[in-house]
Amino acid sequence: MTKPMRHPSATQVAHSPGPTADRTAAIWRALGEVVDPEIPVVSVVELGIVRDIACRDGEWVVTVTPTYSGCPATRVIETDVRAAVAKVTDAPLRIVTVLTPPWSSDWIAPEARRKLAAYGIAPPRHGAASASLPIGFQRTDIRCPNCGSVRSEELARFGSTACKAQYRCRDCLEPFDYFKPH
Amino acid sequence: MIPDNQPTRNDDASWVAGHSAGHPGDAPSALGPRPSSLLLDYVLRLADNALVLAQRLGEWVGKGPVLEEDIASTNVGLDLLGQARLWLAYAGEIGGRCEDELAYFRDSADFRNLLLVEQPNGNYADTIARQYLFDQWHVLLLAELATSHDARIAAIAAKALTEVRYHVERSSGWLIRLGDGTALSRARMQAAIDALWMYTGEMFSIDATERVLIDGGIAADSEALHAPWIGALQSVFADATLTVPADPWMQGGRGRGGKQGVHTEHLSRLLAEMQVLPRTYPEARW
Repeated sequence: MTKPMRHPSATQVAHSPGPTADRTAAIWRALGEVVDPEIPVVSVVELGIVRDIACRDGEWVVTVTPTYSGCPATRVIETDVRAAVAKVTDAPLRIVTVLTPPWSSDWIAPEARRKLAAYGIAPPRHGAASASLPIGFQRTDIRCPNCGSVRSEELARFGSTACKAQYRCRDCLEPFDYFKPH
Repeated sequence: MIPDNQPTRNDDASWVAGHSAGHPGDAPSALGPRPSSLLLDYVLRLADNALVLAQRLGEWVGKGPVLEEDIASTNVGLDLLGQARLWLAYAGEIGGRCEDELAYFRDSADFRNLLLVEQPNGNYADTIARQYLFDQWHVLLLAELATSHDARIAAIAAKALTEVRYHVERSSGWLIRLGDGTALSRARMQAAIDALWMYTGEMFSIDATERVLIDGGIAADSEALHAPWIGALQSVFADATLTVPADPWMQGGRGRGGKQGVHTEHLSRLLAEMQVLPRTYPEARW
């Protein structure tokens, strides 16, 4: 799947004069420090929430997309994005929310997947769009972030936040969070 | 063109954590350049299904039969609430009222949700039955709407579909677990299905509003959803050792049901609780 995110190395640089390109790259870096309040080890850029950063007529436009429609972190993220951009530029900022294409856990960057596992959250399996299992089936091979075993079982389809399910390792018997493939 | 490329909330801290400003007057739509009361009516049906069911599921907070289910039912409610906000924001733009106004300052006769979703939680079998009957329909409906000629409807439906696919996996799983469970759980599951069955007909009936929008490629053809719905149901019910009710009599017939604003008394009570705070303190802010 193609990632919808555009990085500073792509279009912005090619079409922008130097200072704007530098500023764009600086904003990407700043947003790379904004973490998801519910998973404070990965940034909103790594999660695929930030889609685009562009300067239009003197105004900065940061395009974001929600992970889940009802995610309560959305508003906090917006506030944090504003604060991060304000450190880079005084120019006005507009945050635009888009729904198309819908966010997928497949967009989570490889480095962020490693960070999730280190934090104790099993990263989502790839191929989220086709991840739907036949009714009554569940995965029993999610890797336990504690001991590395791939023998696990689902405890509950939902967990502490909208993006997680609860699993248990069948070897070390520890329960753990699993980032839902979505 | 990115159809939904506009802010879905502003910085105003109001009742549902910000609302989108209504844009009175002309709203671009596939029906033409003038504001469409038909389109507004249809989007409100989509919004109100999600909003009312979210509120019902929220009633389980802290009272779920087990902790995991308490969390699950409220998470499903949260997804639906998010979807309701997306639909309401769109309805607000078409009709010139803001999202909060639509949620908190309409009375039951102005709500357009299905009778099914306003039915009380009952015991957990009742809640699961209501959820499965709805989820199985919802997933089919959204898949159709994802190809709507109205780009905004298509975008919201595609977003919601990813969440609702997960909902139906859970509710069907519980239907099977309780149906194919103990004698008591099976009896309660069947009784719940039997009691709610008369509210399912409304999901597949087409009124004048829907007819125009279906012909315009905007709304989903409700009647066409029935065959895949009943097919999926029969397969799940077989695993659950439950019987698909045979009673053909349905509530909300002849264009007088939830979609037209004719509700059961349960909706008024639900709204009384949901709306009391903003109605008592209309100017209150977080």
